[in-house]
Amino acid sequence: MTAEISDVDLHVWRGDAGGGELVSYHVPVREGMVVLDAVLWVQANLAADLAVRWNCKAAKCGSCSAEIDGFPRLMCKTPIAEYGSSLTVRPMKTFPVIKDLVTDVSWNYQVNKEIPPFTPSEKDLASSEPWRMQQKDVDRSIEFRKCIECFLCQDVCHVLREHSPAPFYGPRFMIRIASLEMHPRDTLDRRPLLKGKAGVGFCNITKCCTEVCPEHIKITDNGIIPLKERMDDVYFDPLRWALDRLSGDKHEKG
Amino acid sequence: MSRPAYETVETDVLVLGAGGAGLRGAIAAAEAGAKVLVVCKSLLGKAHTVMAEGGVAAAMHNVAYQDSWEVHFADTMKGGKLINDWRMAELHARESPERVLELERWGAVFDRTWQGRIHQRPFGAHTYPRLAHIGDRTGLELLRTLQDRAVHTKGVDVHMEVTAFKLLTSEGRIAGALAYRRSDGSLVLYRCAALLLATGGAGKMYRVTSNSWESTGDGMALAYEAGAQLRDMEMVQFHPTGMVWPTGVRGILVTEGVRGEGGVLRNKEGERFMERYDHERMELSSRDVVARAINSEVLAGRGSPHGGVFLDITHRKPEYIKSKLPSMYEQFLKLAKVDITKQPMEVAPTIHYMMGGIKVDAETGETSVPGLFAAGEAAAGLHGANRLGGNSLSDLLVFGKRAGDAAGAAPKSAAAPKLDQAQVDEAIDQLLAPLDRPAGESPYRLQQEIQETLTKYAPIVRDGPGLEAGLEAIMELGRRASACGTGGSRSLAFNPGWHTAVDLRSMLVNAEALVRSAIERKESRGAHARSDFPKLDDALGEVNFIVEKTPDGMAVRAVKHEAMPGFLEEVVRHSYARYTPEERE
Repeated sequence: MTAEISDVDLHVWRGDAGGGELVSYHVPVREGMVVLDAVLWVQANLAADLAVRWNCKAAKCGSCSAEIDGFPRLMCKTPIAEYGSSLTVRPMKTFPVIKDLVTDVSWNYQVNKEIPPFTPSEKDLASSEPWRMQQKDVDRSIEFRKCIECFLCQDVCHVLREHSPAPFYGPRFMIRIASLEMHPRDTLDRRPLLKGKAGVGFCNITKCCTEVCPEHIKITDNGIIPLKERMDDVYFDPLRWALDRLSGDKHEKG
Repeated sequence: MSRPAYETVETDVLVLGAGGAGLRGAIAAAEAGAKVLVVCKSLLGKAHTVMAEGGVAAAMHNVAYQDSWEVHFADTMKGGKLINDWRMAELHARESPERVLELERWGAVFDRTWQGRIHQRPFGAHTYPRLAHIGDRTGLELLRTLQDRAVHTKGVDVHMEVTAFKLLTSEGRIAGALAYRRSDGSLVLYRCAALLLATGGAGKMYRVTSNSWESTGDGMALAYEAGAQLRDMEMVQFHPTGMVWPTGVRGILVTEGVRGEGGVLRNKEGERFMERYDHERMELSSRDVVARAINSEVLAGRGSPHGGVFLDITHRKPEYIKSKLPSMYEQFLKLAKVDITKQPMEVAPTIHYMMGGIKVDAETGETSVPGLFAAGEAAAGLHGANRLGGNSLSDLLVFGKRAGDAAGAAPKSAAAPKLDQAQVDEAIDQLLAPLDRPAGESPYRLQQEIQETLTKYAPIVRDGPGLEAGLEAIMELGRRASACGTGGSRSLAFNPGWHTAVDLRSMLVNAEALVRSAIERKESRGAHARSDFPKLDDALGEVNFIVEKTPDGMAVRAVKHEAMPGFLEEVVRHSYARYTPEERE
């Protein structure tokens, strides 16, 4: 067993919707310890009622999101050693606080419900044969399906931070829509949704979301920008607009 | 203290747990016309299913054309050392391909073969490449697909971050459950016609585990308290490869997919030691064999610097490793500063899975309590004495659906029976009791002692005196837990000290059942190895140990299982002759 190698002063935001403050705890550090270990150590030894969400402790479930020294990260994936002798952990800023490090993220679940699900063609559904798809075709949506719903991208998105109610679904759900739109067998056109309630136009590509994604999904470059481009084809191409008006065609999937 | 009020919520089918089995069950029950409510301890989409990495086993024969349900069946029975419920194993092998293809039609994306079919990778003790997968995050794909399907299925509603504390029965039939909301401690009384337990495993009973805080065996404990039978509780799977270093990350899973993709195990002398334990299947032997082999190497002083062995995949091209095992690459780089494309990993066994659990009917998943169903890791039978990798995800799909179908078909009028108010009041008092003892012993300390007790007395290789001592320790911990506090706070608002105190009850039922069953099984079979009984005992191969609640406490008895029909026996015998070096001696 490795001995305790040093100590750290952990400043944790404690409080609820009514307000709160940073409380400092002195934590012995073991080799390889991550921030979540330190928080759980405090819970087990110094503050039994310290509220924190966590599950897998292996960066696969996306539960333990917090702002560590001001930067949104997964606590289970952030080694203490990166911070020297002192660090601060606060709850995600964009969502209402429930208690301590736990925030109310239920808005995200409502948004997810508003996105029309995967919709294959009638022909594909009726066919009894297993579907054939090529790896290069499924690869396009695989990147987006890596999302673990930690909501760090939502937390850092300034559209969501600064507007209430939000006019934009946020990066997580742009990626959700992209994963459906780029699924080789999906047939639904979600561009009216993107333009309307999902509000893709509100994203002005500051790429903060990409920077905090623990799965390294290129949210802006590979997800949001192609979605914006798809919309532009339909809604903002004057020639296409005129032709559509003349022919009376509805938008087909691009 | 005056008893607080509770909200009453009615539904046809109550599903506890929102992992793969719970969600698949919820979808099935709703499709059968029932109103379904899913209740989960965490947020939706965080269930332990996301931790499954390697793949889902289904004999689709996309890669090996010789594969068939019969071979999958034989592999499963043989891996389980023949104490599996053979009917479950048969249904599982027959139905899993259909369930996987169905998932694809719901939008799941799998890696492809060059012909565009679902790709299948080799895995331990599966005769042929059989695991449909997407990189090393198959569980996430499966859960996300089911989650999206469920929230868009009419009749399904979800209550997140709610913990069930007690099942309520009426005239011998399930009638509902008492639960509390984690965020504010408010109470909910659920009334239902049928209840599906899909609460997963109990790995949190051990110190070194790949399981999350949620895996406290709630389903087994709830069912046991409600009068249902448990079986095979001595069978706990040590996954051969968990991380060992740094200490902070000890126990985190290293997918069997590493070995499936060609990774080799070596001891500190550089020897590929699996040669000595299973020269035919080598690293892809069954998990019980590989875990014991690693354990033996470490005990013999041939381990790695931090008490494990080396797992090496560096002979594969870096791009290949990064595309097939992306999260392993990331995990080691980030947490251990090891580049697995250049350096070997250090691994050792970690607690991973409960083969044992609630005894269910193979066809419907119904327990011995009418109206109470169980599926997934909470249920027992399919895996026998050892689970094969990939068989858990297919288990969730096959038996989640079957249990959901049956629960959805339960008579709606059954929700009408009157609840026994005394039963409800007693449960509320028990639930809130730790809050009245703020100065009582710390629940975290007790949890840690349970973990240390099982780690010490019910390890990978057990013995009679150790198990007896373990039982005594568990009983003593039970006495202390019944008087424990919350660690100081009396607050109902998101109070993890209180939540942990509540979870202790579940952990203790599971721990006691495990140790009592392990004492009874005086042989070594699958995951259950005894140094005082190192051989298989054919007579014990015909029985399962059943645990039930009696007025005198927990009772364990051996029950002989029904013999396999001739044609299935033939299937198993046929393959038995070809593979099981560890039993040939």
